[in-house]
Parts: sequence; C-alpha cells; structure tokens
Amino acid sequence: MSNLILGTSIVEDEWNLVRLPVLGEETVRKQAGKVVLFKLTGEKTYSEEQIAATVIPATGKILAPLSLWIARRGELESRLAAGELAIWLDTHEVLADLVSAFDDINQLPLIAVHVERFADGRIFSIGNLLRTRHGYQNTLRAFGDVLRDQLFFLKRCGFDSYLIRADRSAEDALASLKDFSQPYQGAVDDKQPVWRRVSRQPASQP
Amino acid sequence: MYKYDEIDQAIVDERVAQYRDQTRRYLAGELTDEEFRPLRLQNGLYIQRHAPMLRIAVPYGMLSSRQLHKLADIAARYDRGYGHFSTRQNLQLNWPKLEDVPDILAELATVQMHAIQTSGNCIRNITTDQFAGIAPDEIIDPRAVAEIMRQWSTFHPEFALLPRKFKIAVSGTKQDRAIVQAHDIGLEFYRDSDNKMAIKVWVGGGLGRTPILGSVIREHLEWQHVLTYCEAIIRVYNLHGRRDNAYKARIKILVKALGIDEFRKQVEAEWAYLKDSPNTITEAELQRVAQYFTKMPYDTLPAHDASFDSAIASNPAFAAWVKRSVHAHQQPGYRAVTLSLKPHGRAPGDATSEQMHVVADLAEKYSFGELRVSHEQNLILADVRLSDLFSIWEQARAAGLATPNIGLLTDIICCPGGDFCSLANAKSIPIAEAIQQQFDNLDYLHDIGDIELNISGCMNACGHHHIGHIGILGVDKDGSEWYQVTIGGKQGNDASIGTVIGPSFAAEEMPGVVQRLIDVYLQERTEEERFIDTVRRIGVAPFKAHVYAKKEAAHV
Ligand code: SF4
Repeated sequence: MSNLILGTSIVEDEWNLVRLPVLGEETVRKQAGKVVLFKLTGEKTYSEEQIAATVIPATGKILAPLSLWIARRGELESRLAAGELAIWLDTHEVLADLVSAFDDINQLPLIAVHVERFADGRIFSIGNLLRTRHGYQNTLRAFGDVLRDQLFFLKRCGFDSYLIRADRSAEDALASLKDFSQPYQGAVDDKQPVWRRVSRQPASQP
Repeated sequence: MYKYDEIDQAIVDERVAQYRDQTRRYLAGELTDEEFRPLRLQNGLYIQRHAPMLRIAVPYGMLSSRQLHKLADIAARYDRGYGHFSTRQNLQLNWPKLEDVPDILAELATVQMHAIQTSGNCIRNITTDQFAGIAPDEIIDPRAVAEIMRQWSTFHPEFALLPRKFKIAVSGTKQDRAIVQAHDIGLEFYRDSDNKMAIKVWVGGGLGRTPILGSVIREHLEWQHVLTYCEAIIRVYNLHGRRDNAYKARIKILVKALGIDEFRKQVEAEWAYLKDSPNTITEAELQRVAQYFTKMPYDTLPAHDASFDSAIASNPAFAAWVKRSVHAHQQPGYRAVTLSLKPHGRAPGDATSEQMHVVADLAEKYSFGELRVSHEQNLILADVRLSDLFSIWEQARAAGLATPNIGLLTDIICCPGGDFCSLANAKSIPIAEAIQQQFDNLDYLHDIGDIELNISGCMNACGHHHIGHIGILGVDKDGSEWYQVTIGGKQGNDASIGTVIGPSFAAEEMPGVVQRLIDVYLQERTEEERFIDTVRRIGVAPFKAHVYAKKEAAHV
C-alpha cells in the first residue's frame, strides 16, 4: 500500500528516489546556523565523493538530489527533456541554488523537500518561497519525517503531495488536511486573509 | 473587549476536536512522546514536577467577568482550587490531568478562550500594557492591532515550528510598560509627523540565558504593514535561526551574529516581496476590530468625589491602599485599581477560585464586566468610579486582595520555580515568601518606596530577573540551590539589564542580602530618589561592599 498523498488521495509513487550514498565518517551539515556559515564560507553540503559515487538509474522517472544535478548536469539533461527528472533538496540547502540551476524550475514536474525531523519548520518557508517567489506550479512534495499533524500547515504553505512516514497510515493522515475550515491568515493555498475572504460583521453588541 | 464571531468560534472548536484526537492518539500509543511534545506544548501543556501544567491564553491580558468565573470553576473542578497568573499575563494551572485537558479546552471554548500557542516554538501570546485604553499617557490604544495580530499568528502555517519560542509585545504609551525592548519583536506605536498611526519596530530583545535589549530595525512602519513586516522578520529567522542548540536558537542570537544592519538588510529584501500582499491590513478590518475597543460608556463625573475624599481623610488604611493601588485614568472621576495577588507569605500571582469569583463579581459590578492581568502578576479593574473605591476596597480586603503593596518591595514578580517547574535550578516561591516576611511592615515598605524585585528559578528568566531593580536568579551549584543577585535592572523606555553583585548566596541568606541592599539605599538616597536612581547614581560598588562585608564578617 502506498503512503503517498497527492492532493486528497492516496496514489502510487511513480518516481524513483535517488539518494546520495553515505560514505564512511561523512558528516552532513544540516543545521540552520550552519547554513549561515555555508553562505559565509562557501562550504558544500555534500562532498564531491558522495556525488561522484551516486548511481543514476538508467531508465524511468527519477527524483534526484539537487547537488547531483548541479555537479553532473550533463548526464541528466536528456532525462529532464524527457520529463523524467524531478529534484529534491534538504531543508538546510539554499533555495537560490535550485532556482539558479534551471532556466525555468517549471521544467520540473516535481520538486520534493526532505525534512529530516518533523519539528524542522524551515520546510514551510521553503514551500512558500517556491510557490510565491519563484512561481513553481507543478507538484510540490514533502518527504522524510512527514506526520499527519503537520499536514495542514504544509498544505497551506503550498505543498500538494506528502509521503507519510512509512510506519504511519496515510489513510488516517488525510483527515488532518481538513483540521481547520476557515483559517485566519492569508497563506499560499488561499492568499486572502479571512477578512478579505468573507464579510465579518462586528457582533451586534460589542 | 474583543468578542468572537462564528469564525473565531469555529477555530477554537476545531482546535478542541483536533487536540482531543491528538491526545487520544498519544494515549493509544500512536504518537511517541517526542511527537506529541510539540503538539501539547502548542496547546500550553507542559509536563512538570508533579503533574502537567496547563497555560491558558489571556490575550494581551484582557478578561471578562464571565471568563474569570469560568477559570475559577475550571480551577476548582480540574485542579486544586487555584491558578497562577504569570508574567506573560496568562493563567497557569499546576495540577490538571493530561487526559482531562481536552475537556478543559472544550470548557474554555464556551467562553471564547483557549490555550493555543501559549508554549512551544511558535508565536506566543501577544502582551501589552495593562492600562491600554485608559492610561493618561497613552498615544495609541494598541489593542485592536494586538487582536489582529493574535488572529494572524494563530496557526500561522509558515511559523508553526520556529527554531524557538517567539514573543511579541505592543505598546502605545509615552512610558513603556510592556517591555518592548525585551521581546523578540517589540512594536512601539506612535503618531508620525502626518499624525498617522505608525510603529517603531524593535527586534532581538530577550531575557533568558543571554539577556539582550532589542535593536530598532525600523523607525517608521505604517500600521497597515505590520503583519507583512513581521512575516519578513520571522521568515528570515525561520530559515536562518539556529536549530542545533536550543540555547542559541532565539532570534536575538541571529541578530547578534549577523549584526543589526545585515539582519535589517535581509528583512527589508524579504519585505520588498511581501509588502502590499493580501495580509496587509485594510482600514475596514482595523475599524471592525477597533469597535470592540472603544471607550466604555462612562458617565460624566466631576473630577472629585466628596465621599472618596472624606474616606481618605478618615481612614488611614484605605488611604494607604489608594496610594499604592489606584491609578490615574483618562476619564474624569474614574480610576484604575490594582488588586494585589501578593499578600505576604503566599506565592506571588496565585489566586484561589474563590478570589477569582470575587474579582469577577467586582468587575461585573464596578468595572463594566472586564478586567486585566498585568505582567507584574496582579489583577486590574480598569474603569472604576471614584465613589466606588471604598466599597471595592472593603470587598477586596475581605478576600485578601487589598495588600497595599503595589509597586513596593513585596510586590514581587516571581516564576513558579522549583516547586512546580521541571526546568528550575532552585525554588523561587519560598524566597519570595521569606522576603515578604522580612519586610512585613507596611510603614517601612512605604518608606522604601517604589522598587521592583524579580525572581526566576533558572536562566529562562520567566520572572524577568534581569530587569528587576533587584533581580534574583536560582542557580545550581553541585546539586544544591543558590541565588545570584543583580541590581540596577529596569523595564521601561530607559530599560537596562542588571549587574551581578558577586558570588551567589544560600536560600536562608537571601532576606538578609535584600535587607543590606535596602540599608545602603536608605543611607545613600537623596530626597527624591527611588532605589533604582540611587543605584544608577552611585553604582554597584557600595552595595556590593556592604553586602559582602557583612557576609565575610559573619563567616570569620
Ligand atoms: S524561570 Fe525557570 S524555573 Fe522559573 S518558571 Fe521559568 S523555566 Fe521554570
């Protein structure tokens, strides 16, 4: 049984996830404070060895890490043209790197954001920026430590697909997409705040 | 005050249903402790020493009589018949059962209350001046914007899981009483040169382990942009604030690491995209919400009241209470009253269910059915006639709510500390009680005059000890409880962080230490000086010398 939600239904995953292999003692920098450091020092998130060692499946639709595309673009161009390439990035990666790596990010039928710990709220800003700042219109997926109690927020931040963590029921999780019927603030899914959405009259006896 | 429409009501009702299901899943083992933790925290539920602690939101400190009656009933039914008003203007219950919390929330929802985002790494309850709307030095009543911000921040999807908690304070008076400089974002409302409502925005203030006063990120922000500007600030923080170390995760650390100029640059770049987006507040929405905060239907009264004047003249105890507890008001013939939750020898900020009922009745009868919670942990009746003050005093006194110590040494601001809080290094309530006993002489207290004493049980600084004129911090040394003392802290426009006077003290030394600090002040003060003024004039050294001289002498 698939654990992938698209919109409000459970669907089969047609994308083949490509991971970067973990080599030896490699320490992956993943904290936000470090991202500031990356910007200052130009440190890379993943090592060249990891990227070089990554095996790219020869056929089918692949969901590849951003750093792989950046480093080995030549091997992936044809897949992109064939509509067989999607890209994923981690919450600690820099969104500008994704945007500048494509002529038009809407060439990608799918962008996926990997959240290692569900409490990492950077994923919400990343979704928001992809949709509002960078005009991304295709499928935006959350995967990793994705749990039902974050779904409503993910949806409001522009995600429309969620790969629920394997040990949890995607069927149950669907209910959480409807936690609130009329949220207050404008967000990605409905840009209008409630006071522009409906007419709110003051109660008769203020 | 603000009243819910069906949209507000639907949100709290849906929240109760959501949280009921989350609790059910947790109890059924479908959610791990770690997964449930942020969910319960965002509903104000901590797991404490003895039992869970539930923090109920009192938005910007405003309560109706009906709400307070309900809180009293909840405290009686689900707790041990009392609650604790906190320095965040909220109400905390110390003994609820985890499985009862959904029912408590359902009860709260019937009186337009909730516990949403009273804890956790999200935007917390927005706080303001307890005299908003009535203070003579008020330029702008910030409560309408505070309510709009409450709604905007409630389940804000992008900021649901920030690196750390996020506190916003608003103020619209000449004298800041909301400590805007000690918040993640502080909004200071004023009228600009075109006489339009504008905001000076402070960012990166905070107490806690690394106390820092905020920096001004923007001198002039038009009010309609307040939500989008805050979104820009919090987005930069959400993306770049540290998540690897909880002690370095507050926005103040990011602002300090980047420098305010670089931080401002990033925020302004972000705001360039967000400015004028749909979350820009419309005039119509401001008007809609502001209608709930119009002036009360006051009677036209003379500035003086003969019965009041004669009661003052004939009753010294009443006069002493009025001197400390009654505050100026914009409206002639009206006053604001502080009911003291600091009787000597009781935990500061605690109120029993019976007391809550009494206060709710007083508010109903004398103050248009509304009251406020101050961040000094007292309750305020904001709109009282001069001629009613004597009756109020008599009833408040009978209920133990009229200790005439407001603003005096025993009006101690104190966190729950080691008696209740699992994060504490040391107890704080017994220290407060011991100091109240040491100074249990009202004439002497009045002679010492205005002073603020704050106690926190650990560096999380819930008792705001850094900005107490005297601040006391519980510290852990080799597993035993010690207390570090600072002096010279202050809230307000000229806020400052206190200076540590030296090595820490044992609990039993604390009343004596405070006594010696007061001795130095009484000896050194000039006619007009408050304690804080003397500290600022003569510096910390004389205080330090006297406190430690005695200590060494005693130990020889
Ligand atoms: S200051 Fe520390 S001990 Fe006191 S309530 Fe806050 S966390 Fe608990």
